[in-house]
Amino acid sequence: MANMNMIQALNSAMDIMLKRDPSVVLMGEDIGYFGGVFRATEGLQRKYGEHRVIDSPIAEGGIVAAAIGMGANGLRPVAEIQFADYIYPGFDQIASELARIRYRSAGEFFAPVTIRTPCGGGIRGGQTHSQSPEGIFTHVSGLKVVMPSNPYDAKGLLITSIEDDDPVIFFEPKRLYNGPFDGDPNKPAVPWSSHPKGEVDEGYYKVPLGKADIVRAGADVTIITYGTMVFVAAAAAAALNFDAEIIDLRSLVPLDVDTICSSVRKTGRCVVAHEATRFSGFGAEILSIVQEECFWDLEAPIQRVTGWDTPYPHAFEWEYFPGQARVTTALKTVMEAT
Amino acid sequence: MNKHSRLHLPHPPARPGEAPDFSYVQLSPAGAVARPDVNARARDIEPLSINLVRVLDDAGNAVGPWHPHLDPAELQIGLRHMLLTRAFDDRMQRNQRAGKISFYIRSLGEEAVSVAQCMALRPGDMLFPSYRNQGLQIARGIALVDLMCQLLSNTRDMCKGRQLPVMYHSKAGNIFSISGNLATQFPQAVGWAMAAAIKGEDHLAASWIGEGSSAEADFHHALLFASVYQAPVILNVVNNQWAISTFQGYAGGEQRSFAARGPGYGIAGIRVDGNDFLAVYAVTQWAAERARTGAGPTLIELVTYRAAAHSTSDDPARYRAKNDQEHWPLGDPILRLKQHLIRLGEWSEPRHEALTAELEALVASSWKQAASFGTMTEGPRLNADLMFEDVFKEMPENLQRQRALMRAEVARSGGDRSEGT
Ligand SMILES: Cc1ncc(C[n+]2csc(CCOP(=O)(O)OP(=O)(O)O)c2C)c(N)n1
Ligand SMILES: [Mg+2]
Repeated sequence: MANMNMIQALNSAMDIMLKRDPSVVLMGEDIGYFGGVFRATEGLQRKYGEHRVIDSPIAEGGIVAAAIGMGANGLRPVAEIQFADYIYPGFDQIASELARIRYRSAGEFFAPVTIRTPCGGGIRGGQTHSQSPEGIFTHVSGLKVVMPSNPYDAKGLLITSIEDDDPVIFFEPKRLYNGPFDGDPNKPAVPWSSHPKGEVDEGYYKVPLGKADIVRAGADVTIITYGTMVFVAAAAAAALNFDAEIIDLRSLVPLDVDTICSSVRKTGRCVVAHEATRFSGFGAEILSIVQEECFWDLEAPIQRVTGWDTPYPHAFEWEYFPGQARVTTALKTVMEAT
Repeated sequence: MNKHSRLHLPHPPARPGEAPDFSYVQLSPAGAVARPDVNARARDIEPLSINLVRVLDDAGNAVGPWHPHLDPAELQIGLRHMLLTRAFDDRMQRNQRAGKISFYIRSLGEEAVSVAQCMALRPGDMLFPSYRNQGLQIARGIALVDLMCQLLSNTRDMCKGRQLPVMYHSKAGNIFSISGNLATQFPQAVGWAMAAAIKGEDHLAASWIGEGSSAEADFHHALLFASVYQAPVILNVVNNQWAISTFQGYAGGEQRSFAARGPGYGIAGIRVDGNDFLAVYAVTQWAAERARTGAGPTLIELVTYRAAAHSTSDDPARYRAKNDQEHWPLGDPILRLKQHLIRLGEWSEPRHEALTAELEALVASSWKQAASFGTMTEGPRLNADLMFEDVFKEMPENLQRQRALMRAEVARSGGDRSEGT
């Protein structure tokens, strides 16, 4: 076991997979010699060579397309898109191609591509370095969509994603790279070394896709969330002294419906929280499922905590970000409803 | 001989710890490249995309057919704009380091590109800049205070707090809103130019893109549409050799010049010494005349060097040779124009020093004024309600509702929206 931040954990996952499987290759902008703008691939080109850790042109459509070609020809590419905000030039290749090759070729062709990309706000990145577009990808049939909230999970989920024969879009909440964040920017930063999930096995291990993590067991209310909001929601619930059950989904597709529903059946109350915008966001899918599966167990209407339906504004970082205050309002609303 | 195929992986000539080496840059002597007629057909002038148009020689003389014969007063204005751009950059860099703005991007070493090109165009021509074209804003006469208020996201910010620093725009100045997404505006400029032609106006459009960003599909859309419709547009690739840590070879600059993409699409391509104010001016003037006379679009590759870090988030010591900009064969654009003016007897060291001091004082007083409209930590602050405006022309009901929720949230947390870190 070693202390790792999320970047180091991701680096360790890629290091292990490059070593175990000669078909694994990494590709992306600035990832090779430089080691990536967030340093996630630091040292890997030196260790595995320029044919395994490949610097690419600035062309996200090209990166995804080339990864598909490599994947179809026997490699297991892990592509990095420098920021999730820049994934859109690759969207056609992802939605029309990557997601459907297996289906349209009756299973004869497939491309086991993993696309890693930093997402989310809280870093003063303005509208082009803060987006949470996961819901756009969960809406495309044929893609798996993952978002870890801590170093331990990040490593295990990335290894699982790389080994998966289906395409995986792997979102990394960049505000969590260096430590857990409870949504309060005025507090001093907390490093991962002070958190149990910063303790990471140095070897090979997997965290399964489609298995949510119950971060905290509780009886009063279920909070279903993922990414940065795991910590924000936990802090808000703790401050209110509610006995909340907090579920970190970890993977959105496949989705752990059983864990969600057994929790809601137990608590009868439910809050869904994500950083992404509200309208047609992934929260709406969870709400629908809970309503379909647990309607007769619900004691209050389900509440959603989300970013506002605007682009992410540079000057209003904390008025935009769904911080503890927004979670608190939602929690009180579900708890007070009779 | 290899018995199997293998990949070529481009390498920059020098990494940290190695000696800078710019022998890969293809140079032409000043004055050596012919100047074709403005309505020459693209296919007849292909060598322009391989050679390098230069006017200023090493001694600071202006030579050859591209000499634009500008009035010394014009040259002095050009020098002033470049010096102001540099003084502005210097000060904003320091402000970022001092925590007064969240982010900044300098254009050090590339000032001639924006300033000379802007001066060669008309005020009615539409500009689609990248984030490293602050010289365009300055040469177009946008007030420093306005630029600074954008950097501060303060109460006078033209973007109303919505954009990262340096993503300016000026409706009145005919400068389009800068996007943080690379390359997207290159084909938009072509569309703008097409509209100008459809409407029968004689304005042209010009856009700027980094050589690294020319890898994006949008670059190719721009060239194709410009070629098909022969739109009145000037498409500029600023080849400053680096895209963050990635050398220009990774954008395909090793096999062929960026200017040569032009003839590939059937449009004129021309490669110019980007640190030579006179050459940049002359080439842009030539391209503008082509556009205005129906001779079609031009792709200009401006060969220059990114002398500073990519941005305030970057440290080039990690990936390129130390002080390599000092070895850049095309020198520094400000020093070269200064030398030329001195040679003409139209400038002097004391005048240069006095102007530099004057411009630094202008930047300082502008900053003081800008800061009075609010900074990240002090003074007035933009109303957060603004976040919900301009998503649509009319604010829909769900946003009105969310705005009310946001207000309540802020009120409950004591209305204190300041930020410690
Ligand atoms: C679509 C997109 N992909 C990636 C980025 C991240 N990024 C910002 S600047 C940059 C390098 C651009 O280099 P170049 O085009 O050469 O311009 P320069 O910075 O040298 O002026 C990259 C990769 C982005 N902003 N947009
Ligand atoms: Mg560049």
